[in-house]
Amino acid sequence: MTTLSIGRGPGRAGIYARAFWGLMLRDARVLAREFIPFLLRTIMNPLLFTFVFTYVFPKIGAGITPGGATGVSFATVIAPGLVAVAIFFQGIAAVALPLATELGGTREIEDRVMAPLPVGMVALEKVVWSSFQSIIAAAAVLPMVLLVSAEPVSVSVASWPMLIATVLLAALVAGYLGLVIGTVVKPKQIGLIFSLVVVPVTFLGCTYYPWAQLGSIRWLQIFTLINPLVYVSEGLRTALTPAIPHMPVGAVIVALVIQVAGFGALGTWLFMRRVID
Amino acid sequence: MWQHTTVTAEAQPLSLDLRDVVKRYAPDAPNAVDGIDLRVARGEIFGLLGPNGAGKTTTIGIATTRVRPTAGTVIVTGIDVRAHPSVAKRHIGVVTQFNTLDRACTVEENLYFHGRFFGMSRHIAHARAADLLASFGIGDRGRTMVADLSGGLARRTQLACALMHHPEVLFLDEPTTGLDPQSRMALWDSVRTLREAEGMAVVLTTHYIEEADALCDRVAVMNNGKILVCDTPEHIKRDSGDGVLVTLRLRDANPGLAEQLRGLAGVGAVDVDHATIRVHVTGTDGIVPHVVALAGADLRDLAVAEPSLETAFIALTGRALVP
Repeated sequence: MTTLSIGRGPGRAGIYARAFWGLMLRDARVLAREFIPFLLRTIMNPLLFTFVFTYVFPKIGAGITPGGATGVSFATVIAPGLVAVAIFFQGIAAVALPLATELGGTREIEDRVMAPLPVGMVALEKVVWSSFQSIIAAAAVLPMVLLVSAEPVSVSVASWPMLIATVLLAALVAGYLGLVIGTVVKPKQIGLIFSLVVVPVTFLGCTYYPWAQLGSIRWLQIFTLINPLVYVSEGLRTALTPAIPHMPVGAVIVALVIQVAGFGALGTWLFMRRVID
Repeated sequence: MWQHTTVTAEAQPLSLDLRDVVKRYAPDAPNAVDGIDLRVARGEIFGLLGPNGAGKTTTIGIATTRVRPTAGTVIVTGIDVRAHPSVAKRHIGVVTQFNTLDRACTVEENLYFHGRFFGMSRHIAHARAADLLASFGIGDRGRTMVADLSGGLARRTQLACALMHHPEVLFLDEPTTGLDPQSRMALWDSVRTLREAEGMAVVLTTHYIEEADALCDRVAVMNNGKILVCDTPEHIKRDSGDGVLVTLRLRDANPGLAEQLRGLAGVGAVDVDHATIRVHVTGTDGIVPHVVALAGADLRDLAVAEPSLETAFIALTGRALVP
C-alpha cells in the first residue's frame, strides 16, 4: 500500500513529523556526499590559527601573553573563542549558502515547499539541521585546539548545563541568521556578504580576548555588545575556562534567547515572503 | 468524454473549484487574476490557454498554495486551500514551468525523498521511484545528477517526481515549452495514460493552441487575468462562428488597410503585426475576394485557415496567440 491516509484532524502532527523527517533525511544524504569538504571547511581556519598563534609563535619566541592577572595561556583564551566561531559560521553557512541558490535562479526549494507541512517548518528544518552541523563543528574544533597548541591549554567543563545551553542557543542563532542572510542576499553577492560579515564579526566577537578585558577600551567594549558572537564566546568561556573573567551567566543566556526569538521571527517571515507570493 | 466524467463528479468533490478568485501583486498593480471561476471534474484534462502574462501561472500558483489570492474561494478535492494549505498539498502534484529539481541529488533521490516527504517508508519510496522511472523510460538514469539531464529528461523526471505520492490533481505549468516535438508527443501520451490509469484530474497551462486542442477535454481561454470562454475545444471552435482566418502578408505595413478591413461587413477581429494582417471573417459568403481586392497590389501572400482554436482565440481576444 502506498496510498496515504487523508484524515484531516487527527494524524496531522504525525504527517508533519514524517515530512520533517524526510527533509532531514534529504539533508543528511547531501551532507554525507560532501562530508570531507565540510570537515575541511570547518577545521582549516581554526587549525591554521591555532598552529600559528599557539605553536609557531611560542616556538619562535613571539608568544602572546594575555593581559590581566589570570596567568593563563593565550591558547586557553582562544580555545572557547575558536569553538564559538566554528559553531557560528558553520551554522550560518549551512543555511545561507544552499538557501541563496535554492531560492535564486533554480527555485529548487519548490519540491520541499510543496511537501505536506507548513512552509514555516521547512525553514525550521533548515535551522535544526544546521544546528546539528554546528555541533559537529564544535566537537571537531575543540580537541584540535588541544592537540595542536604547544602551550598548556586549561580547558575543562566547569558547567555542563551552561555548555549545552550555550552551544544549542548559539547553533540556533547562527542557523536563523543564516536564514535571514540566505533569503535576503542574492547568490552572486553571498561571497561578498560573507567577507563583510564574517571578518568583522569574528575579529570583534571576543574570540581572541575576553570581553571583560576590553574595559580599557570602553567604547569598543560597549560597541561589541551588538555582536551576537560575543555572547557565544563568553558563554563558552563561562562553561570551559571559568578562570578567565567572563560575562554573567544570566546576561549571556538572556541575550542569546532574545537573538533566537528575533532572528527566528525575522528569518521565518522573510522565508515565507520568498516562497509564497 | 468530459461529460461522462462530470457525471461521476456529482458524487465526489470537484478536483478544482475556483470562485471569484482575484490576485493583485501590489496595491496599485492591475489584477493579475481578475475574478475567475473555474471548475474541473475528476478525470478531466483541463487546459488554461492564453498568451504570456494572461494569468495562467498565477492561477496555478493559487490552486497549489504557492500564491496567496487577494480574494475568492479556492477548493481542491474538497479542501479549502486558503484555510488548510498543508492538507491540500497532500492531494496535489505540481510540475513547474522551469526545472526546479533538487540539483544536490540524483534523479532517483529526487523521487525517493519526495516520497519520504509524503510519509512513505524507505522500502515503498524506493519501489515506487523505480516503477515510475521505468514507466517514463528513464530507469537507467537513476544515478544521474539532475544537473546533467537534458531538458526532455528533466521534464520527465519532474513529472515522475510529482506523481510519487499519488496526487488526485496534477498541475502542469507549460509542460512542453522548450521541448522538442518527440518529447512533446511523449509527454502528451504520458498525460493521457495517467488520466486513464489513475483517474486523476490534470490541469495544464499552455500557449500552444495545438496542445490545448489535442490534449484537453476542456479549455479556458485566458487573457488579461480573465477567462473569456470555457468549453470543449470543439464547442469553442464552433461558437466562435463558422468563420475563417484570413492571413494577409503585405509588402509593407499598411495601417490604413486594417482600418478599411474593419469597416467591411462580416469582418470580426483584425490583428495587425507589422506587414502581416490576420482577419477573422465571420460567415458571409464571398467576403474573401473583397478582402483581397482591398489589399490590392500590396498583397504578397494569402492564407485562409478553417476554424480552429487559433481562429477562435483571435475572435475572442482580437489578437493572435504568438508565443
